[in-house]
Amino acid sequence: MFDGISIQLLMGQLLIGLINGSFYAMLSMGLAIIFGLMHVVNFAHGAQYMLGAFIAWLLLNTLGINYWGALFIAPVVVAIFGMVMERLVLKPIHHLDHLYGLLATYAVTLIVEGLIRQQYGSSGLPYSSPIPGGVNLGFMFLPWYRLWVVLFSFAMCLGTWYLIEHTKLGSYLRAANENPEIVESFGINVPRMITLTYAFGVGLAGLSGVLAAPIYQVSPSMGSSLMIVIFAVVVIGGMGSIMGAILTGYLLGVVEGLTKVFYPEGANLVIFVIMILALILRPQGLFSKKEGA
Amino acid sequence: MSSETAKAPLLQVENLNAWYAESQALHGMNFEVPEGELVTLIGRNGAGKSTTLRSIMGIVRKRKGSIRFRGAELIGRQTYEIARQGIAYCPEERAIFASLSVRENLGLPPVLSAGGSSDEELLEQFPNLRARQNSMGTMLSGGEQQMLAIARILRTGSRFLLLDEPSEGLAPVVVKEIGQQILRLKQRGYTILLVEQNLKFAQMVADRHVVVEHGQVVDVLAADQLQANMARVKTYLGV
Repeated sequence: MFDGISIQLLMGQLLIGLINGSFYAMLSMGLAIIFGLMHVVNFAHGAQYMLGAFIAWLLLNTLGINYWGALFIAPVVVAIFGMVMERLVLKPIHHLDHLYGLLATYAVTLIVEGLIRQQYGSSGLPYSSPIPGGVNLGFMFLPWYRLWVVLFSFAMCLGTWYLIEHTKLGSYLRAANENPEIVESFGINVPRMITLTYAFGVGLAGLSGVLAAPIYQVSPSMGSSLMIVIFAVVVIGGMGSIMGAILTGYLLGVVEGLTKVFYPEGANLVIFVIMILALILRPQGLFSKKEGA
Repeated sequence: MSSETAKAPLLQVENLNAWYAESQALHGMNFEVPEGELVTLIGRNGAGKSTTLRSIMGIVRKRKGSIRFRGAELIGRQTYEIARQGIAYCPEERAIFASLSVRENLGLPPVLSAGGSSDEELLEQFPNLRARQNSMGTMLSGGEQQMLAIARILRTGSRFLLLDEPSEGLAPVVVKEIGQQILRLKQRGYTILLVEQNLKFAQMVADRHVVVEHGQVVDVLAADQLQANMARVKTYLGV
């Protein structure tokens, strides 16, 4: 196809790009939902993603609950953790500058990661694939589990987008993003909506963690290493833009994968180069409807 | 002793003080709104009229004194709890949601009690909105936005409306239409507390005028007393 580049390598990296993009999309979507309503840059998102993976590992190794059970239980547990965190940490500082929210969630990240590291070490724990095997497409081998992750996360993103953009519940959320005081003056319990929205965003991070457990090592730092990229995705897509976060997540995953094929040295940098260009040329984000930054 | 028992007012505001951060905006407001009446708060810019409405709704949270609605104290309650008592608020800036269509804007407030208008009733009452249902909220003209802002709060079933300057920035013909809509609401038994700077508009619709200056009530005039006291009122308003 291209000089020195086999179709196997290209398709393989495209698949890895899609898988990474799936995680980027789900995580940045949760982050965008939280930022949209609360204007909190949730730095704990990576730790909450890691918690999802760890809870899945714990459920399997202590209670014998398999992946499919964990896929439901772990996000709920992480969401409950999010609710408690919102009430105890974020609500008291809601009226302060947004920087305090970022610092507080960063502190939670350090505490959660530290506790997990102390208990389970930092080397990473294995989690076997719940759908072993795959299909040989001729030009590449496609593992079933990876196909499941791409399809499931795509369905989750689409479902969440539909919920927010096309349902009554979503219209409350979009309205509260614009003017929470007026939405509350209609008799809607906005403080509870904020708690539940945070829990939902955090639950999405937990769900991503469960999906990630069989692909990556379950380790305390698995979220932190991803978070920098996720923030770049959200900035490029447009802070608070749900569809922007989803599309940018997939797009950047694929761009990163293709860069590994054509210019491997630049693979770790390409997302940040795009972020800088986006900030210069369209600071409000590629998919934001707002004019200017 | 009189055989007549005085009817308790729907809303009683006593010694209401309110602050934006450290800056005090209301300095002991006292007034009442009897059930079924349309009362205006009139006064010049910055007198504290809008702050009074925002304080009643709990949007201005730092407040002291007493606000009783149907005898129940509102101070200390959250905004959504106050709305659920049966009070609806239409803000000065109209607060039409840009990310929502007209239909979504209209359908946003939940039905809190029986007697709220259905979507179809609202579209009949505000026919201009029917043709614009699928437009985004902010694509409407100022007058249409004001109609939408008033229409959507009628969904909730609340019988006490707080309307903040519905005539502001609108063409005279639209102001007249808004005035007629408000009069119709009054005829349907709604109690209305209206903030207004447009004296002519206030005169057209009100039963009673509460004059506000420097965060205090300085005069209360029945509608039929306004003309006789016009010179004094104009001094208050600075016109």
